[in-house]
Amino acid sequence: MRWLYFFVLALFLAHSQAGVEYREFDNADQEETYQGLISELRCLVCQNQTIADSNADLAKDLRRQVYEMLRQGKSRQEIVEFMTQRYGDFVMYRPPFKTKTMLLWLGPLLFVLIGLVALVVVSRRRRAAAAALPPEKKAKIHALLEEGDES
Amino acid sequence: MLRYVIPLLLFVVLAVFLALGLKLNPRDIPSPLIGKPAPAFSLPVLSTPERQLTEQDFKGQVWLLNVWASWCVSCRSEHPVLNEMAKLNAAPIVGLNYKDEPEAAEQWLARLGNPYRVSIMDIEGRTGIDYGVYGVPETFVIDKHGVIRYKHTGPVTAEDVERVFLPMINQLKAES
Repeated sequence: MRWLYFFVLALFLAHSQAGVEYREFDNADQEETYQGLISELRCLVCQNQTIADSNADLAKDLRRQVYEMLRQGKSRQEIVEFMTQRYGDFVMYRPPFKTKTMLLWLGPLLFVLIGLVALVVVSRRRRAAAAALPPEKKAKIHALLEEGDES
Repeated sequence: MLRYVIPLLLFVVLAVFLALGLKLNPRDIPSPLIGKPAPAFSLPVLSTPERQLTEQDFKGQVWLLNVWASWCVSCRSEHPVLNEMAKLNAAPIVGLNYKDEPEAAEQWLARLGNPYRVSIMDIEGRTGIDYGVYGVPETFVIDKHGVIRYKHTGPVTAEDVERVFLPMINQLKAES
């Protein structure tokens, strides 16, 4: 049992270590911007992690870059521009809305719309088919249904 | 009839998208630097660190910037290809020794051969960030005016040299 305990502890330690460096900030706002930025920038080596989550060398360098730029008084926008000029929109976890990324943003909505249209078309067709049934068949269906109830 | 054709069409469309998706390499991130001037640097030369070089020193010729490091495993597989390419003398290969230890880098070149006209040291990786480096090795093709024209991420193979690099170098050399 003891090894399990250590294993779980090691997991927690490994996780909490990433992205924790001792940083001094001028004020709380600056620190918040820093935390916000590093959890929005993608680590390009380990693509499904932010640079806040990753222990990769590149992630450390990019965190250092963000920190230094903030201390130089650069704004959030300036840092985002610096990163996208070098690594492209892919570096942002939330890509900007523009013609190239339109499908990415509107794709899910498009699928919902297609689904809704399909739903309406199918249900209308069913209703029309039910209405078009000749009266003797309808009577037979009713009879069958009632018979089923008795048993 | 239609009720069979529509699902079939949907399936074909989906299959085409998935097939295309399988062929994409998620590690291949298009560089926004293509068509832009090579970012400025001023870095010490490997083995003679008192000497500094800048991107301006290579202007007027077509050159390659190859990002490498002695700790980089895929650089090793790329190295013989670069050695062969250097023999062809198509364009000077400049090494950007990325986040490496100078002694380790020198030993590496002494042991495996040196395809580089010169290697410059980016010990802190800052020039690497300026060039959008994320996966060593990377190779940039830079034209006579100092504009980045092509970027290759990952090890260069003999096939890449023949199919991509040499034709591109020749084409860029022909430009005025």
